Amino acid sequence: MKTSVRTGAWIGGLIGALVAVTLVSATIGPVAIGAGSVADIALASLLGGATDAPASHRTIVMSIRLPRIALGALVGFALAAAGTVMQGFFRNPMADPSIIGVSAGAATGAVAAIVAPVAVPVALPVAAFVGALIAAFGVYLLASEGGRTPVQTLLLAGVAVQTFLGAVVSFMLVSAGRDIQEAIYWLMGHLHHSTWGEVTVATAVVLPAFLGLLVYARDLNVLLLGEEDAHSLGIEVERTKRLLLTVSSLLTAAAVAVAGVIGFVGLVVPHVMRLLVGPDHRILLPTSALAGASFLVATDTIARAGAAELPVGIVTAAVGAPFFLYLLRKREVQSP
Amino acid sequence: MTAAIDIDDVSVTLGGVSVLESVSTTVDEGTLVGLVGPNGAGKTTLLRTINGVLTPDRGSICVAGKGVAGLDSRAVSRLVATVPQSTASTFEFPVRRIVEMGRTPHLGRFGTRTADDRAAVEKAIHRAAVEHLADRPVTAVSGGERQRVFLARALAQDTPVLLLDEPTSDLDVNHQVRTLDLVADLVGEGRTVVAAIHDLDLAARYCDELRLLHDGRIRAAGPPESVLTDATVEAAFGAQATVTTHPVTGTATVTAFGSDSSAERDGTVHVVGGGAAATPLLHRLDAAGFDLSVGAVSVDDPDAELARTLDADLVTVPPYAPVDGETREAVTDQLCRADAVVVADVTVAPGNCPILEAVLDAATPIVVVDGRPVDARNVAGARGRRLVRRLRERGTVVDADGVVSAVQRAVDAVDRRPAETDPRP
Repeated sequence: MKTSVRTGAWIGGLIGALVAVTLVSATIGPVAIGAGSVADIALASLLGGATDAPASHRTIVMSIRLPRIALGALVGFALAAAGTVMQGFFRNPMADPSIIGVSAGAATGAVAAIVAPVAVPVALPVAAFVGALIAAFGVYLLASEGGRTPVQTLLLAGVAVQTFLGAVVSFMLVSAGRDIQEAIYWLMGHLHHSTWGEVTVATAVVLPAFLGLLVYARDLNVLLLGEEDAHSLGIEVERTKRLLLTVSSLLTAAAVAVAGVIGFVGLVVPHVMRLLVGPDHRILLPTSALAGASFLVATDTIARAGAAELPVGIVTAAVGAPFFLYLLRKREVQSP
Repeated sequence: MTAAIDIDDVSVTLGGVSVLESVSTTVDEGTLVGLVGPNGAGKTTLLRTINGVLTPDRGSICVAGKGVAGLDSRAVSRLVATVPQSTASTFEFPVRRIVEMGRTPHLGRFGTRTADDRAAVEKAIHRAAVEHLADRPVTAVSGGERQRVFLARALAQDTPVLLLDEPTSDLDVNHQVRTLDLVADLVGEGRTVVAAIHDLDLAARYCDELRLLHDGRIRAAGPPESVLTDATVEAAFGAQATVTTHPVTGTATVTAFGSDSSAERDGTVHVVGGGAAATPLLHRLDAAGFDLSVGAVSVDDPDAELARTLDADLVTVPPYAPVDGETREAVTDQLCRADAVVVADVTVAPGNCPILEAVLDAATPIVVVDGRPVDARNVAGARGRRLVRRLRERGTVVDADGVVSAVQRAVDAVDRRPAETDPRP
């Protein structure tokens, strides 16, 4: 069918782009390693074959660069997917994955773990993840009344909770003492010291969550027509909303827990993809996610390519905002 | 016939305001029932309760014998399709995709569309006549076209019951009729349709039955001609209204005039008409609250018919008969009782010259309505021309729009006159 062919072509192209970005990114760094060599090492590790690349190169590619690239791709994938769902869900172009307070909750949890007097191993991502889910659930409860959750109330409750948690984070920062630098670094978003362990854990959350959203892509399309219309077309509106919110909050929480607050990916990438492929979530959701993955890998490569490594959140905003403005002026970015 | 929709004692409160109060009615299978009533009467709310979007505070609604409250939205959406009043779709879905969404109730969670689904979509697009729009983004079609797109979506949904909320509000005359013809066809095929319709004439013309809602209650129910009467329309809409029979469709047609708090004017106005020349004047003067007398007109003249509808004092002559002395006297009586006389732009013929002479002989203030030029309507030669000239000299000449205020001024002048010089007997 026409739609599935088009979807397939876009997805195939974007996977190709992701592979290309990955290969290029893996060659860049203090030690120059050729793309062929990278592919060789990666294939050898995957398929268990032999390679004549030096052991140091193998270590750099397999233990430093590829985990970081994989984690970046996963985080970009998750944020763009969650952003797509939120923009559709709220029918609001300014919606991003953090709109219901997920990032603010994660930041609160993470900064609390950083400034805590006792250091607990792996406390930081766990605290961030739990903080994110508590915040999202809290916003949802605050906005619900009598079994219904109007999206406008949800939006406003999200803004209020984010502001409140922002105050909490600021307070912790001013009383953080020597930990303040680590906390600020986390808040800006980062992918350094990524490990395969983090990649595995993040995949375990992101992949099922994404597949869940994909199943509901058609329902999300119908929801775009408005809740009453969706109801009269047989969608269990409140249940579907709850499910979409939960799953996209899980996606965002997983991304934020491992990589800190990386802005703009979840806002800009879905917009750009909507311009390119249209509003149908059956194609928009996978293409946005894949484009988000490539985008974050590319921006993270820029972030670490310079003499001093920058937090990737700075680069996504610095690269994404001008590009977004260019589109805004040139093609009139559509509000969803 | 069985009841497709059974609404039993339904009350709905929205935001603390009671919108529907104890509404009970049934809709028979295969009928088109129109919901009419003023803005805010509860028409849309009733539709939203039938399709399960709203849960009534009290009472129950059954569709095809099943209680809507006990069904999940998927089950309801296989029974009831709704065409919303306005869907502000800002997403650029192609029209065909919007229509495909109508199949949602028939698809499984992972199910892809079957040949049946695709056939239903194409048929719906064809029947709603939106083929030429099928590949355009829904955001790029006009409001009226969008209404038909959403009608197509409801057709694709393929349900026994169809709810339409103002299906023709954004449509031009041609598409209004085409849309309602389509709806009538659907009803002919056995579907049941409930439509909130603003346009009372269209409602009367297409609906098998009407329900007149006002302040959340059903005020009248039944065939259009029994529901739409001067009294019910006035009570529900607060407008002065005249319900007549449309000359072409033969169904009820409602002419409304703005309700004016000073509408109940005192004074009696005599109108000289004939050949339907006085019809618009009678409507206006009646709406303004004057008591009316009409004469002399042919017994089967439209002006005579309207005078009877308006309960005006009427003097008639047999068809094609000239005005005799007795008739002239009766008209002179009417003129004496009147505070003002309005002369419509009637055809001046030897037969009605005595009436115009009676008007000139009476002391009643004259208002002459300037319509067709004299030469175009005078078949009484020099006598007719002279009468019209004298009427125009004696009276106030106004166009149809100015007739009420001119009459009002004339009546006021009569009231200010000292009682002893009152010309009335």
